[in-house]
Amino acid sequence: MASMTYRAALNEALREEMERDPDVFLMGEEVAEYDGAYKVSKGLLDEFGERRVVDSPISELGFGGLGVGAAMAGLRPVIEFMTFNFAFLAIDQVINAAAKMYYMSNGQFPMPVVFRGPTGAALQLSAQHSQACETYYAHAPGCKVVTPATPADAKGLLKASIRDDDPVAFMEGELLYNFKGEVPEDDDFVIPLGKAEVKREGADVSIITHGKMLHVALQAANKLEEDGVEAEVLDLRTVRPLDVDAILETVKKTNRAVYLEEGWSFLGVGAQVVTLIQEEAFDWLDAPVLRVTQADVPMPYAKNLEQLAKPNADRVVDACNKVLYR
Amino acid sequence: MITKVHMEALSPTMEEGQLVNWLKSEGDDVSNGEVLAEIETDKATMELVARGEGVLRKIFLDEGGTAPVGEVIAVIADAEEDISEVSGSGGGGSPSEDEEDDAEPAEAADDSESSSGAAEEEGQASEAEHDTSEAEPKESTSPDRAEGERIKASPLARRLAEDFGIDLAAVEGSGPAGRIVKRDVEEAKEKGVSAPTPSAPTAGDWSPDEEEYEDVAISQMRKTIAKRLVESIGPVPHFFLTIEVDMGRVMQARKTVNAMLEDEGRKVSINDFVLKATAGALRKHPNCNAHWLGADKGIRRFNPVHLGVAVAVEDGLITPVVRHAHQKGIARISDEVREMAGRAREKKLKPEEYTGATFSVSNLGMFGIEEFTAVINPPEAGILAVGGIEEIPVVEHGEVVVRPRMKITMSCDHRVIDGAQGARFLQTLKAMLEEPAAILV
Repeated sequence: MASMTYRAALNEALREEMERDPDVFLMGEEVAEYDGAYKVSKGLLDEFGERRVVDSPISELGFGGLGVGAAMAGLRPVIEFMTFNFAFLAIDQVINAAAKMYYMSNGQFPMPVVFRGPTGAALQLSAQHSQACETYYAHAPGCKVVTPATPADAKGLLKASIRDDDPVAFMEGELLYNFKGEVPEDDDFVIPLGKAEVKREGADVSIITHGKMLHVALQAANKLEEDGVEAEVLDLRTVRPLDVDAILETVKKTNRAVYLEEGWSFLGVGAQVVTLIQEEAFDWLDAPVLRVTQADVPMPYAKNLEQLAKPNADRVVDACNKVLYR
Repeated sequence: MITKVHMEALSPTMEEGQLVNWLKSEGDDVSNGEVLAEIETDKATMELVARGEGVLRKIFLDEGGTAPVGEVIAVIADAEEDISEVSGSGGGGSPSEDEEDDAEPAEAADDSESSSGAAEEEGQASEAEHDTSEAEPKESTSPDRAEGERIKASPLARRLAEDFGIDLAAVEGSGPAGRIVKRDVEEAKEKGVSAPTPSAPTAGDWSPDEEEYEDVAISQMRKTIAKRLVESIGPVPHFFLTIEVDMGRVMQARKTVNAMLEDEGRKVSINDFVLKATAGALRKHPNCNAHWLGADKGIRRFNPVHLGVAVAVEDGLITPVVRHAHQKGIARISDEVREMAGRAREKKLKPEEYTGATFSVSNLGMFGIEEFTAVINPPEAGILAVGGIEEIPVVEHGEVVVRPRMKITMSCDHRVIDGAQGARFLQTLKAMLEEPAAILV
């Protein structure tokens, strides 16, 4: 195991996959000369040259489309969005081109493209730059959505995403890039897509989450522990495809669940998980499944209001206590 | 810390209580568990104890006033604490907390109309803060649910109840709005909820070395009998058997016994002989010493005889229970009945003293009633209606003689007891009364 940041883990994954497969290339705003807006691509230009590490114009729709075309032509592009909040213009290329191509070409064109970048809120970036975007990409069939929360998951899942023949929206987080963790030292460390992981075992209540909310969930679990409650924390890691078995397993174990997500509750990932639970594990439920989400408002700029709008550990603790009837 | 004093459910069926008197006054210090007031329930006068400590700051319900179960009737708090937020009512004025809670879902539904508020509320799980203060422990042992009211239970609780064979109707829910949740079912399983939880006998020296009861599976025929007869006559299909008993020997025996007890200043009544003989006869006919648990659970036959003795009180009746009556001597039965009847009239019986009977006896002989029928007290399966002793002419050995005769009418729950079974029990009872020595056998 090596201790490294989430940023470095992504960098390693890109480097290893580019070494492994000459068809892999990286394109995006400032990924080459500037080493990436968040330095994820640091050193890659020097190592792989400008044909494989390409600075693009500020035109998400344009270079997103280039990525789709390159994948159709047999390459394995990694398209970096400086943030998914900038990629709304490009979502046509992701949903209408990438996610449909394999199906509409009757299997003639696999679509091994990765769209990656941070999603969700950082600090005081205001309404247009603080949105959790996973729901938009997960909604349409044809696109996988991956949301790693730890350096190890970032590395293992990015490598799996690059090797996958379907389009993947690979969603990171500005606040995660500096997060440190243990990462296995193995050139071939790959985590299969669609596999959730129990990040903390517990018997009393399940906190199910994805992406950087994992860290809020773990905080909440620590607070609950002080109160004698053992919370299990299940990190989906991949939002689509959903790890149905893991979700049902934890619910059947604890009989109660809280879904925690960074985005809005309306038609959110949690809504889908709650549906699954009530359909498949109804007789194991001892309480309604609750959700802890962002407040249903555009993210406020003001620091105090932003804090109030975001989910936090205390709200998760409250929700857990409620489903525990405490 | 503020502790609201609620009108608690102090008997299984209590819906409201009358405040007899406050044992503490405003300004008195109270400690946890200390008796605050005496409350008259539908059955008895009970003690209401403090569930917190501090100073009894405010009393909302005056002596003589009535409040529904759950209403705040007083407040305990620290001496200086601000209690202006707490409201209660002496007889129902301001809305109780439960009502507020009930209104909640409607409010939430309203919120969802306006697109922004609802999801936020949901996300924040902000309602969580509500349930804490209302989750006061309830004393009652059976659920506070109106007849026909829907039983709210979590899906898991329903499944567990089915697995454990527990009737949810008998389980009290501790969740929001009385929802039965997993822990309630597990608790019920531990307590063995469908059992009437006969409490330990008061004397402490009765330790029956036998099983308390035996559950008897019922046949399809019996299920059909149960179903059809209920359709015919109502929830408990009664039928009645009357037998006439010659009481000459009992009257003699009573004289003898009372002469022996005279020095101790005790005496026994005819009815005490009836009780003693009934207990003895029930031991020989356990199918009459039984409860009907429902079509799905069948019949529970009891080994010990816990005799309910109907006692008239000022505004109704109550049946104190002589536990393990079959093991007790007649003088002791007499003492217990007299003592409990006295307290029954003062409404001082504890719930465990008037629940858990396996069979009951009602005697109206002292009112000159010759014979009558009594209504069964479910889930018991039978009750005896005992009339007075009459001097009447009867034919004995071809001659008309005047004999003291008494009529006993047994009401039977036909789901449990069939005609011939009831008749055989009455035969045994008659034989015991006509030859009291048989009670000893």
